[in-house]
Parts: sequence; structure tokens; C-alpha cells
Amino acid sequence: MIEELNHEQILRYSRHLLMPEVGLQGQIKLKNSSVLVIGTGGLGSPVALYLAAAGIGRIGLVDYDVVDSSNLQRQVIHGTSTVGKLKVESARERLQDLNPDIQVDIYNEPYTSENALRIAKDYDVIIDGTDNFPTRYLTNDVCVMLGKPNIYGSIFRFDGQVSVFHAEEGPCYRCLFPEPPPPGLVPSCAEGGVLGILPGTIGTLQATEALKVLLGIGEPLIGKLLLYNALDMSFDFVKLKKNPNCRVCGPNADITELIDYEEFCGVPGHHADDTSAGADWDITAQELKARLERDPDLLLLDVREPHELEIAAIDGAKNIPLGEVAQRMSELDSATEMVVFCKRGSRSARAIEILSSAGFKKMKNLKGGINAWAEEVDTSLPLY
Amino acid sequence: MTTLRIPTPLRTYTSGKSEVDVNGANISEALADLTTQFPAIKPHLFNEKDELRPFVNLFVGEHNIKDLQGVETPIKDGDKLMLIPSIAGGSLSLWERVRVRAK
Repeated sequence: MIEELNHEQILRYSRHLLMPEVGLQGQIKLKNSSVLVIGTGGLGSPVALYLAAAGIGRIGLVDYDVVDSSNLQRQVIHGTSTVGKLKVESARERLQDLNPDIQVDIYNEPYTSENALRIAKDYDVIIDGTDNFPTRYLTNDVCVMLGKPNIYGSIFRFDGQVSVFHAEEGPCYRCLFPEPPPPGLVPSCAEGGVLGILPGTIGTLQATEALKVLLGIGEPLIGKLLLYNALDMSFDFVKLKKNPNCRVCGPNADITELIDYEEFCGVPGHHADDTSAGADWDITAQELKARLERDPDLLLLDVREPHELEIAAIDGAKNIPLGEVAQRMSELDSATEMVVFCKRGSRSARAIEILSSAGFKKMKNLKGGINAWAEEVDTSLPLY
Repeated sequence: MTTLRIPTPLRTYTSGKSEVDVNGANISEALADLTTQFPAIKPHLFNEKDELRPFVNLFVGEHNIKDLQGVETPIKDGDKLMLIPSIAGGSLSLWERVRVRAK
């Protein structure tokens, strides 16, 4: 059913109505459109805010996290007053304040192979604002199977990528990235950091592409990938082609239903809690404290980047950043026991893998990293 | 001489350099020059059999070498090469989120 605009709405959207590319018919089209935003974090924040402001009739939000103060550096849909609240509820409140005319449907659940098709099937466009490889492959495959456009955006530190993957008209995400990098090879933003404004830039580009697709105007980024670097302020475009061997959108596709994406990406399932170095290597912060009392000369190897030492450090620890461990292992004595640590425990797990393959055996990985040490032993240190 | 653009996640292995000048008549030779200059980057681009890892995308200008002649794709002076990383983005990787929650 086509809904018209009332006088109040005509005033609200007048800047759109003035442009022939949108106009009254375009605005009505937006009112009758629906967009599903997967993730209400750094990318989902600007996407949902601008799409709500633009008057998209129905916006779906999927997330299962709660707002944390470390989110607010970039997740601008949330605020200090909603710290501790469910992200989808915090986001819905903000969107309804921005535009009470629209309908916001929330899904406070992990987006998985079990619920993804059910959630996505009633939306016109899907926005990938996720933060991990399993959900990116899942989002792609769902869009291919349902024939819907996937507005892709991804960020890391100062780099961003944007594309529109629409298998009916061009390549899909798997055509470009048939498989993900193994865990540990690419650090996450929690380890590698991200410029807070970067998801703002990339998310607003995703929202722009969504509007273009819904209105059928301009040239959406189908078959093109935008690469943005904030430090160089560079925007590069490359051409993407459909991969004839694509396992999900190619002519001989063998993935015809959703799979186990965590297994596909080599990450443990929802209930696993050990690190990639294995639980055998673990030492807890409390155990390390007791060890240091008996053996104050125990070698502590800090594999974080030098600038992180200014935030928090453990006295007497030797610093070799993870990227230099392979070259500088001659500085270490394989006969002497050491405890390796980083911020949370994943880079130190990688360092242990590297040292272990070089013959080092007497190593422990500080579980939870210096953040666990700061929480449980030396509370004078900040968490970051 | 061609210029190879290094994405942020891999700059740790190129002493922070965003662009590296490489020599070679084709992609294979250019990458051999890169890994000679910066050996630490090699395991991130190549597998144990010295094949380019499937998630590594290398573009000459705006074309993926997978759509050209792969590592045999010829290059000439002044070409711009670009490595395109597979990045997931966001705040916490799923893997870490699971562990943080399990704590």
C-alpha cells in the first residue's frame, strides 16, 4: 500500500522534496522502504541515524551487546545516559527521538544461521555493519540467497572499505574474499584500535549507497570497491568482477544453504573460552602475582606496541612488539621461563605460537592480559 | 620501479611504510622483491607452499590480478600496485567478545 505524506512530513523532508532526484515520489518510496542494519556499533550508528532522518519507513536493528563507555568514542547513536542498556534499545530511543514517524524493529539476539533468513527476508536492503568475519560471511550468503543488496562497509585503524554486493547484478563478498584470513593474522580493532571518526565516514557512505539503491538513482558501488585511508585522505576505487568459481553466487555454487560460519572462519563457537595458544599455556593474574612473590626475577615479556606502555605497564617487563618477535627472539633465552602478555591475551598467544615453533617451551600466557592484571592485582593501572 | 600500496594492517611488517618501491617485470618478481626487503610480511601473503594466500587481493591499477594473469601478470614502470586486506572492523571481534564474556 502506498502511503502519502502529511503536511508535517512534507515540511520535515522539504530539503529532499526540493531535489528532483528524490522529490515527493522518492520520499514516498523511502517511507515505504525497509532497511535492516546488522550491528549498532561504529558503522551501524551513523547508518541508522541518517536513514532514520531520511525517512526510511521501517528500520531493523540487530545486536546483542550492551552499551559500554569505551563504545562512545565512535558509536554516536548511544550516549553516556544509556551506558549499561541494551544497544538495540538505546539505539531505538535515539532514532524515535530523531524521527517519530518511522518504525524501528529490534532484534536483541546474535545474528546466526538459525535466525538470519527469518530476520532478513522482510527487508529491502541489508546493511553490513558487523565487526567480525563469521557474521560478514553470514550476511553475504543471506543476501545472495534472498536476492537482496548487501551494503558493505568495513574499517580498521585508518582504513575503510565500501561496496554494494548484489549478486543479481554483480559480484558478492565471497567473489572478492573466498575465505577469511586465519584467526590471529589480522588483529581486531580492540587490539589494533580504530580512529573514532572512521566508522562515521564509512557508515555515512553506506547510508548514501542504501538511499541510492532504494531510490534507484545514481551509480551504486556495484562491481566497485571504495578504499579509503584517513591519514592519506585517499579515496581509491577498484573494479570487482563476479568470480565464476564463487561457492555461493557462481554457476556451480555448492553453498546453497547457510553453514556454520564460526567453523568456516576458524573461530571457536559461542561457548569456547580458551585462547589460540591453548589453555595449557595460561597463567591467571593471581597466579602470576604469587609466582612473582616467589621469583621476582621471572622474565615478563610485553608484546604490545611501545605507545601502549604509556597507558599501562608492568615494572621490569621487557618489551618486544608482536611484529618484531620473530626477528628479535635471539634476545630471549629459551632455557629461562617467561610470562608473555599483551592487552587482553590474543597477541601474546600469537607470540607464544611463534616462539613455540622456534623451540621455546618454558612460556606462560597471562590470561586476560594487562587488563586482567589491572582488574585483579594492580588496580592503580587503568583498563583500556 | 613500481609502487606498492601497503594497507594499515600490514604496515607493522614494512617498518610502518605505506608505500614500498618494488622492482620486477611481473607480480611474482615484485612480491619477491617486497619479501626480500621486508621478510616479516611473507607469511601474511604466502602459504607454506609459497602460493599467494586466497584472501590476499592484489590490484594493478583498478584490476585484480585474479582477473588478469595472476602472479604472472606483467607490470611496467609507473604501475600502481595495491594490496587489499580482508578487514572485519568494529569494536571487538566475535572471538574476543566470547572470551571477554566468558571471563
